[in-house]
Amino acid sequence: MKKILGLALAAAMSLSLVACGGGNNNTPAGSNPANSAPAGSTPAASTPATPAASGELITVGVINNDPNESGYRTANDAAMRAMFTEENGYKATFYNNNDAAQQIAEAQQMIQNEVDFLLLSPASTTGWDTVLKDAQDAGTQIILFDRMLEADESMYVAAVVSDMPAEGKTAVDWLAAQGLDEYNIIHIQGLMGSDAQLGRTGALDEKVAAEANWNYVTQQTASWDEETARTITQSVIDRGESFNVIYAENNGMARGAVAALDANGITHGKDGEVIVMGFDSDTWAMESVLNGSWNYMGLCNPLQAETVDSIIKDLVAGNAPAQKIIYTPEQGFDAATITQADVDTYGT
Amino acid sequence: MTTPVKNPQTQIKRPDEPLFKRLTRQQLFIPVAALILLVLFNLIADPSFFAISMNTNSLGNPVLSGNIVSVLDNASELVILAIGMTLVTASSGGQDISVGATMAIAGSVILRMVCGSQVTSDTMQMNLLLAVLIGILATMLCGAFNGALVAYFNIQPMVATLIMYTAGRSIAAWINNNQLPIINDLSFKYAGTFLPGIPVPTPIFITAAVILAFWLILKFTTLGLYTQSVGINANSSRLNGLDPKLIKLLTYVILGVCVALAGFIRVSRSGSINYSRIAENIEMDAILAVALGGNALSGGKFNIYGSILGAYVIQFLTTTLYKYDVPSTALPAYKAVVVILLVVLSAPVVREKLANLKKAPAKTAKEVS
Repeated sequence: MKKILGLALAAAMSLSLVACGGGNNNTPAGSNPANSAPAGSTPAASTPATPAASGELITVGVINNDPNESGYRTANDAAMRAMFTEENGYKATFYNNNDAAQQIAEAQQMIQNEVDFLLLSPASTTGWDTVLKDAQDAGTQIILFDRMLEADESMYVAAVVSDMPAEGKTAVDWLAAQGLDEYNIIHIQGLMGSDAQLGRTGALDEKVAAEANWNYVTQQTASWDEETARTITQSVIDRGESFNVIYAENNGMARGAVAALDANGITHGKDGEVIVMGFDSDTWAMESVLNGSWNYMGLCNPLQAETVDSIIKDLVAGNAPAQKIIYTPEQGFDAATITQADVDTYGT
Repeated sequence: MTTPVKNPQTQIKRPDEPLFKRLTRQQLFIPVAALILLVLFNLIADPSFFAISMNTNSLGNPVLSGNIVSVLDNASELVILAIGMTLVTASSGGQDISVGATMAIAGSVILRMVCGSQVTSDTMQMNLLLAVLIGILATMLCGAFNGALVAYFNIQPMVATLIMYTAGRSIAAWINNNQLPIINDLSFKYAGTFLPGIPVPTPIFITAAVILAFWLILKFTTLGLYTQSVGINANSSRLNGLDPKLIKLLTYVILGVCVALAGFIRVSRSGSINYSRIAENIEMDAILAVALGGNALSGGKFNIYGSILGAYVIQFLTTTLYKYDVPSTALPAYKAVVVILLVVLSAPVVREKLANLKKAPAKTAKEVS
């Protein structure tokens, strides 16, 4: 045991020697700043934000969801990270988590570290009251991006968000305009309790409750997961129930559902038996709509970073934003009308 | 030395015992009974559960579909993981909780290889077999890392694998520069869907091949025997000339191979990956499969066929719940109920009681007559 431990330690030491040697070879002169720069810019949760005193940089804390949850989030997170850099005059700390409780804990940490602005994309719409209160007391200004939360408007300075209920409404209106005799819907929901899920579910729930010929074949959450969406759709097919609409609350889940349709030879899209609907902004999904394999994609614009940036610059200059809540421009894309130009403009 | 020891309980012959008691003593009693219960439930509730139909998929291939096909198909990843998990459990007396995260790594590596430098690729940039081999290598390394911590640093398996559990999905994202790669090449999806002209889902064949491979390995090598003896008593097996550390490490590396195969099946079902959601919580199902198979989670004696059956039972249960449209958020709760029942039933105390319970009324009936 001792011998092995000794061996392992020796190995570790020699490895670290090799690592040091490599580092020195790569950085010719002034290696200290070169080494510390990447370490400082790593978006580790524990990196404390330095107080606002550090030069002219504006300190911001960015709390976002997990960039890997969907293509939408990947684009959103990348845009935020590209915008809030030192070159653009910011000292930013990033934190990503899909768990609202973790987000809240980190938000409180950031407020204690006295960031100037806290940019927030809350994983759930509730539970933020203490954070908002603390922020107000500490003089930290909160800007919501991408997702709303349930709070009084006075608790945050601005919100650059997607209007999720409107997205749902646009999609449901589009579906109603298709004039089917009967709507038998497989409804695949996103992560329960998120703004996107609530908005997109709300509009459809209302319509299904109101219309006699609108029915749910199934209403299940796949928590944004493609494979779960495939399993849910396959289980409906195995049950032998008939359906003619797939309303998936993001593109990944729509893709999973389509995989199940394909595996069973059920036609879908423009001239198919089943209408396929997805949400977000992925280029591949827009291409699916363009080539007619899907019918509809509700655009959810992930690029709010520029708007948030200009709001912050205005606030620093002493100008309050003209509008408290700014909705990112969004629309639905229909297989009948979408063009390649749309894909190029809005695809991410 | 070349033949693995059989379950000692089956070797002890108790001819005077009633059949029921002998049955309940069998290790496979619990998974088989659970499977029979599920089958009976579905037969009574709605026999159409077992209907299998022949359809044509969108590519014009004949395909079989039905709940039973779905069970066999969707259980594939879990079955393969459960086999590896059984070996790890047996040798180290603990479980690897990082298999879901390392599946993400395997999937990420394979997609990175076949997509080349592109994010969305219409054709494979690399021979698929080579890409899968590189994926296997990656998860073997993860397995070796876990195994080394467990075997050479004597860290509790759950703590040791917690590192990969936490870091794995981030590593998977990092491998692809945080992009979500998509491969549209149809031949990539053969492994996760159907081979042209063959109506049975390919994952079923892959799983069968893996089961066969492990059957051969356990039959013709000493792996099974060595794993058991290390799990039962590492010191005495060392005194008998085995290297317990090496064997523990080996089982983790073997689990790594299983993880890569499962990850490959999972990504080839859709040709894409979602790092934070892929195979989420599958480690718990894999551990549950091992437990359902009647294997002691504290290590030692093991039966991979029990774990395989356990995995199918779990998938059968999931599919049954989906059939009755149980909300997918409620699935874990239903699973928990079943787990509690099964774990309590498989506890030796309860089994003994059950066997006696069956015997007692039989005796009184005889006395009356």
